[in-house]
Amino acid sequence: MRENKKWLMLVLMMFCVLMISACSSEGGNVDGEKAQEIKVRINDDPDFLDPHLATASISYQMILNMFEGLFAPETDGSLSPAIAESYELSEDGLTYTFNIRDNVKFHNGNTVKVEDITYTFDRLMGTKNGDPLSSNFNNVASIEAPDTDTFVIKLKEPNSNFLYSLTALQSAIIPASNEGKHNDNPIGTGPFKFVKYSPGANLELAKHEDYWDEKLPYLDKVTFVFQSDDQSALMALKAKEVDLTGVPANRLAEVENDFNIRKQNNNSTLVVTFNQEREPFKDVRVRQAINYAINKGDIIDAVFSGYATPIGSNMSPAMGDYYKDGLQDVYARNIEKAKELLAEAGYPDGFSTKISVSSHNDMYSNIAQVIVENLREIGIKVEIEVVEWGIWLERIYFGRDYDMTTIDLTGRPSAYEILNDYISTNDSENFFRFKNAEFDKIMADVLKEADRDKQIQMYQRAQEILNEDSASVYIADYQVLWASDKEIEGLKSYPFWFHDMSEVRFTE
Amino acid sequence: MAYIIRRIILFVVTMATVSLITFSVFQVMPGDPIRIMLGTEADETQVETLKKQLGLDQPLHIQYMDWVKGLVTGDLGDSIRFSRPVTELLADRLPVTISLALITLIIVVIVAIPLGIFVAKRQNKLSDVVFSSVTQLGMAVPSFWLGMLLILYLGMNFSFFTISGYVPWTQSVVGALGALLLPALTIAIPQIAVKFRYVRNAILEQLRLDYVRTIRSKGITEKFVMYKHVLRNSMIPILTVFGLITAEVVAGTIIVEQVFSLPGIGQLLITSISYRDFPLVQGIVMYITFVVVFINFIVDILYSVLDPRIRLN
Repeated sequence: MRENKKWLMLVLMMFCVLMISACSSEGGNVDGEKAQEIKVRINDDPDFLDPHLATASISYQMILNMFEGLFAPETDGSLSPAIAESYELSEDGLTYTFNIRDNVKFHNGNTVKVEDITYTFDRLMGTKNGDPLSSNFNNVASIEAPDTDTFVIKLKEPNSNFLYSLTALQSAIIPASNEGKHNDNPIGTGPFKFVKYSPGANLELAKHEDYWDEKLPYLDKVTFVFQSDDQSALMALKAKEVDLTGVPANRLAEVENDFNIRKQNNNSTLVVTFNQEREPFKDVRVRQAINYAINKGDIIDAVFSGYATPIGSNMSPAMGDYYKDGLQDVYARNIEKAKELLAEAGYPDGFSTKISVSSHNDMYSNIAQVIVENLREIGIKVEIEVVEWGIWLERIYFGRDYDMTTIDLTGRPSAYEILNDYISTNDSENFFRFKNAEFDKIMADVLKEADRDKQIQMYQRAQEILNEDSASVYIADYQVLWASDKEIEGLKSYPFWFHDMSEVRFTE
Repeated sequence: MAYIIRRIILFVVTMATVSLITFSVFQVMPGDPIRIMLGTEADETQVETLKKQLGLDQPLHIQYMDWVKGLVTGDLGDSIRFSRPVTELLADRLPVTISLALITLIIVVIVAIPLGIFVAKRQNKLSDVVFSSVTQLGMAVPSFWLGMLLILYLGMNFSFFTISGYVPWTQSVVGALGALLLPALTIAIPQIAVKFRYVRNAILEQLRLDYVRTIRSKGITEKFVMYKHVLRNSMIPILTVFGLITAEVVAGTIIVEQVFSLPGIGQLLITSISYRDFPLVQGIVMYITFVVVFINFIVDILYSVLDPRIRLN
């Protein structure tokens, strides 16, 4: 009797579960209401929500929707006015006078005042609290606010790249009244405002009703969902739990037929590089030999299924006028030439070396495998070492304890900031240990050059030097492939990582 | 009373040892939390300022002592990666992991015990052989793969299941069940495969004893023999095993939370290790140690409830 009761309970429980599941499947279709809300999958949490502390490119993908600087970076790498409506530069190239836009409101409803702008720069330079948050403004002599609509920055030396440090990437304007809460409850002026951040789960943003550009944004709500695993992300897309996700090129086939796919150039520079302080990579002939031996096409096909643009220097065609075309063909594959160069350098039988790659993305070890095969043909034996991202940063990027490695360098809106990694005195970023006097001189001169056409010539020459000297093997700018279950319009492609949601809308 | 005091001392010693081991591992592990967080774009000025603000420019042993001081006052410090108090992060994640662990335990108990009894009654018959072979399979299946199969065949076909992410109970009970049932099954299946064998063996062992023959000879029904006497007496070894499950379930949640993108303690632990987030790792390790020690304590108490002959000393 007692046993019978137990069985009855069990059957009842099963029945309940079935009922519940049946009900929920009926209630599952709410597409009509969802139209103004988008869920975007992102690989990882932001490092900081405070725009002055945020550094990792993954953070900017999201938080640039909340913040604006005096200027806004555009899709072609140029700048457009944002909080500054216009500006004037003095003859000597030292004094910038900005005219502040009138109707800009913070997410808390307050109007942006010149005091907030002063506060922003004081905070970045550490002039008030003593701890600077950025080294971008070391060249600033003084800041002033002569009246309520005007803001003035004086430089110590002319710098043709200075305006690029006035975007939300480096100096987002934030309200003085929010002091101490910029990371927990960030307030900016961007098209979306902060709602909630759940570490490890998601970041919710909502429409900023008082946005100065009244047409924008279209969406009411944006949720960035953090999911590091591509497999789970694709499944979440299929189950309609996310609306938009990046897809690795080698998995494109799984979603190609059922979803909308868009391709986005991302201005990244994928390099296979070497420690130029070490033998044998000190010798330019060895570096050139490796360049001739590596087949970019093999890597593009094997790792990116063809969705990448080959490059020949540290610049992607995404940079428009600044990009020097033709360099991608200089080191067309030539095994004979590579062997000759190696022999000239004193390595007729090749040598053994090691390529150290990070494990945080399969891409790097896949590339390394192609490199091993390519270099074997000219007698270079390459061993692959896979290390954790934290160790890669510590030992390879900052410690410079490596022979060869591969990494994708993230794009930035300014050509100067892309190329300055190779300046011999740039200790923090020049992990290649590249050294070239002509290159250093061009990069110093270009900051003093006011004429844009001349700047372009100089940046192009700098790219040629990197190519001639074989500072790295420049492989490709790979495309980011986006899969969405609905027709989405207004997804813009920037020369840096930014999921601009301001003009995104569903077209169904 | 003496028992309680001994338990507490043991608990403190365990916690201290575990935290010291975690600390030592961190000392030899390469990688800098700020560098990992900021990546290749790090601005040197900012790195220096942050290190100063977070006290990371201090030698490790001083950082450790500061952490111990905080612990005494109930403050686990701030996470480096998420710039939030560790206690707050843990509190956010606890409901997910606790729910997952409880559902898993319930599934294991309601399946493994009846199954064990069922198989024990049919010793050496066909069903016993079949179930024993299935056990081998259940034990051998890696949980991440099992999770993916469940996602593929159940998660994709029934909208009841959420295959990634979590829905809080307060928001929707159905949603929470939908999000937790598949991951719980993923952890439970290999556990059931192992645990029902324990139940079976414990019962078989009891069935061989003299008292069973005696009560049977009194003419009592087989059901009464099984549920009134045998089951109760086999509960001691079964309880020991189910106490151990808790540790395994906690370990299981670490992998399964990754597969199902559940924002629980396990996922937080993986993140905190890869980011070298020392305060957060310590906080989580302390929590897990506490749970395991606490469950063992409960199991000890239950022993004396089940068998009054066992005294707590």
